[in-house]
Amino acid sequence: MDDKVLIAKRVALELKDGDLVNLGIGLPTLVTKYLPAGIDVHFQAENGFIGMSPLPEQGMEDEFLTDAGGNPVGAIPGAVSLDSTLSFGLIRGGHLDVTVLGGLEVDEEGHIANWIVPGKLIPGMGGAMDLVTGAKRVIVAMTHTAKGAPKIVKKCSLPLTSVRRVNLIVTELAVIEPTDAGLVLRELAPGVTAKQVVDATGAKLIIPERVPVMPIKEETLKAVAA
Amino acid sequence: MEKVTAVTRAVEMIPDGARLMIGGFLAVGTPHRLVDELVRQGKKNLTIIANDTARPGLGIGRLIDTKQVRKIIVSHIGTNPETGKQIIAGTLEAELVPQGTLAERIRAGGYGLGGVLTPTGLGTTVAEGKQTIEVNGKLFLLELPLRADFALLGAHRSDYRGNLDYDLTARNFNAVMALAADHVIAEPEEIVPVGCISPDEVITPFVLVDHIIEQQRRVYGR
Repeated sequence: MDDKVLIAKRVALELKDGDLVNLGIGLPTLVTKYLPAGIDVHFQAENGFIGMSPLPEQGMEDEFLTDAGGNPVGAIPGAVSLDSTLSFGLIRGGHLDVTVLGGLEVDEEGHIANWIVPGKLIPGMGGAMDLVTGAKRVIVAMTHTAKGAPKIVKKCSLPLTSVRRVNLIVTELAVIEPTDAGLVLRELAPGVTAKQVVDATGAKLIIPERVPVMPIKEETLKAVAA
Repeated sequence: MEKVTAVTRAVEMIPDGARLMIGGFLAVGTPHRLVDELVRQGKKNLTIIANDTARPGLGIGRLIDTKQVRKIIVSHIGTNPETGKQIIAGTLEAELVPQGTLAERIRAGGYGLGGVLTPTGLGTTVAEGKQTIEVNGKLFLLELPLRADFALLGAHRSDYRGNLDYDLTARNFNAVMALAADHVIAEPEEIVPVGCISPDEVITPFVLVDHIIEQQRRVYGR
């Protein structure tokens, strides 16, 4: 089973009918593939568009219709073009229901670092700081560890993206919710134990008496993997 | 006033050391002929305010390749490793600005505002050296306006007066930059008679546009 598919499927369950959603580049864009049936979600891209869809077929690319990663996309009927101020007005002004972003580190306070590795990688923050600061819900979709090292840590060592607490962390091992009391283990991935999660985490986890398994059907996962 | 200009003449107006706003997002909506002409005329020591520096060999990346840029004020450089190299080598100065803040700083510059108050960047390295202001119990960062000597815009259509519209995601920073520079040069894909773009469809009103780059002549056969 592909870790990224599992994460994307679990994140997709967080989206509600009618939500305006911004997906970060990379793993988060996979979420579009696993939306539950009957859920109509509007995808916004910060380069200035609401109503993006996957490219209908090869050869249908329009050089003036791309996502925030510069990749050609399609559009649904009723889609809207925006200039950058309106696009970020939606993001910062509390009109964006959910943003799903990748993370380099998330800490016990729910702070995320995902825009710079000083001395190594200086991509710039792009829209990430506005998205984390302004979206109604911030969901971090990331692998639990990087080269064996925990990405969920006591305190971020990398420069923060925002001091706003993120709402949910979804990894291939668990769903974790940052709260006033700290990081709460909400769900386990199928076949994963709480101990495995604790061992792969560099921060204190609050573990409730009962931690349910992610509500993803095993057969669906198999179908996806095939 | 005749606004339609050859691309060579338009770029001749831009001096070395000029501060330019260039529209586009990863080269989508960037005025490519103006950029090519800046490269051809070898303008030097430019300061560029834009969303990003695209990729090597593409859009604003072309000006980075030829080291014509002294300073960039952008939100993202991750797609252009050459930009990163020049920053690390110390030959290119960079100010990284959150994308929404960049848009609002340009808007403030163009709309006559003394700055904007935003929560974005609070508590991060972006806030270093900046004033924080409390309004109704909430903290905000004071971000200052940005203006430029020239704004170079990539448009879809222009009429002969300079009314502009844009193509889908090519609108991005072009629309706001039109207000924030002393001289505004628009490069449309097509110039149409006045009246072809209905009042409701005009995104950038003609009063903001000083020069329109003439259409490229189509050459058939050889």
